[in-house]
Amino acid sequence: MKYIDEFQDPELARRLLDDIHATVTRPWALMEVCGGQTHSIIRHGIDQLLPEKVELIHGPGCPVCVTPLEVIDKALEIASRPEVIFCSFGDMLRVPGTGRDLFQVRGEGGDVRVVYSPLDALRIARQNPEREVVFFGIGFETTAPPNAMTVHQARKLGIGNFSMLVSHVRVPPAIEAIMSSPSCRVQGFLAAGHVCSVMGMGEYPELAERFRVPIVVTGFEPLDILEGVRRTVQQLERGEHTVDNAYARAVRAEGNPAARAMLEDVFEVTDRAWRGIGVIPQSGWRLAPKYRAYDAEHRFSVEGIRTQEPAECRSGEVLQGLLKPHECEAFGTLCTPRTPLGATMVSSEGACAAYYLYRRLDMPATKAQEATPVV
Amino acid sequence: MCLAVPGRVLDIEERDGTRMATVDFGGVVKEVCLEYLPDLQVGEYAIVHVGFALQRLDEESARQTLELFAELGLLQEEFGDAWEMAATEAGVDPVEEVRK
Repeated sequence: MKYIDEFQDPELARRLLDDIHATVTRPWALMEVCGGQTHSIIRHGIDQLLPEKVELIHGPGCPVCVTPLEVIDKALEIASRPEVIFCSFGDMLRVPGTGRDLFQVRGEGGDVRVVYSPLDALRIARQNPEREVVFFGIGFETTAPPNAMTVHQARKLGIGNFSMLVSHVRVPPAIEAIMSSPSCRVQGFLAAGHVCSVMGMGEYPELAERFRVPIVVTGFEPLDILEGVRRTVQQLERGEHTVDNAYARAVRAEGNPAARAMLEDVFEVTDRAWRGIGVIPQSGWRLAPKYRAYDAEHRFSVEGIRTQEPAECRSGEVLQGLLKPHECEAFGTLCTPRTPLGATMVSSEGACAAYYLYRRLDMPATKAQEATPVV
Repeated sequence: MCLAVPGRVLDIEERDGTRMATVDFGGVVKEVCLEYLPDLQVGEYAIVHVGFALQRLDEESARQTLELFAELGLLQEEFGDAWEMAATEAGVDPVEEVRK
């Protein structure tokens, strides 16, 4: 869908686009951090409505995609045990581990259950006191407070048969890693709106200043993304690099103080590996020492599982914005949502799946154009 | 999974010392934890992520977003049967899979 009359407010979309076109005089490369934004951009063809000089690089903000293979393998190992009820969000079911996924573990007799909320997993634990109930706690700063509250409740209510496999990630250290990479092309960021609904904007001014890069907090709907792009290119054209909020209806400067306090209590910052990217210092959360009894890695002694990531999947390059999904030789042939090589093809927020869903039919034409010599 | 959906609070009660609400998401009703927005009142809207209200939202913005999400099928994606969706994606007959 790249017709502007399909936007919720076509008139406003047109005004925003006109303003962006009138503003841009030079090429700019912006990164949208969040996978939800990537999905929206590709689905609505926003990148094709923008001036050619504005490139959108798809960032690593899909938690399903960046959860390391090693953690998936730990999840598969725990979920296979007969005493365990393994609870997860639905989008982790088909993320490939080494040789299989949670969907297959269930087919082999594992008790894998999909929950809408981590509190559902806690309820299942209370209803099944003779079983071990494990929740797969992944996600960015948006999902971390619900998971933190769930562990806090388990401790408060003394629910001893509940534990969590935690692999949380944080956005600011990822921005720092991207900007510090020698191959970095990013000149401005659309920061993830709901991450900032929780965390506020306090972590970003230092990054904007140090890397001289505008950071604009942006929502997920098509008009939100156009407004985020508009404010970012305005700053770039003026030579500015400040933190701005283009999603004020859902983001306050201080975020959600109660949620931040709970994060402080339940988690501690740790180095974390990102699938396809590698270890980013200080980029994750794990359970704080007083909650260690609720750590599933510890309870099921899976700390020793170590997995090397296979070389054939180039999702690491996609997640760093070095490769567009359709430029990968496996895209749409070896690698499809039905037979994914990596997580970016599984999650609906993964860049590869978004291209596959909405751009696949355009691909032959694009490839044909590239093959035609320009005269 | 980072989708956060606006919903309207229908009623509020304390459960196990936790503030919980029934919330309506354009017709789908779910239990939602209000511990992070303790002063949210019946009739108000909030952005809800995996069963937790994370930020208050004004009614007009909430309605517009819900309308868009319904149109795009995102509400089905968020609240529908995950097994069925995963089965379809994996190429397994969803009816067979749900029966298991």
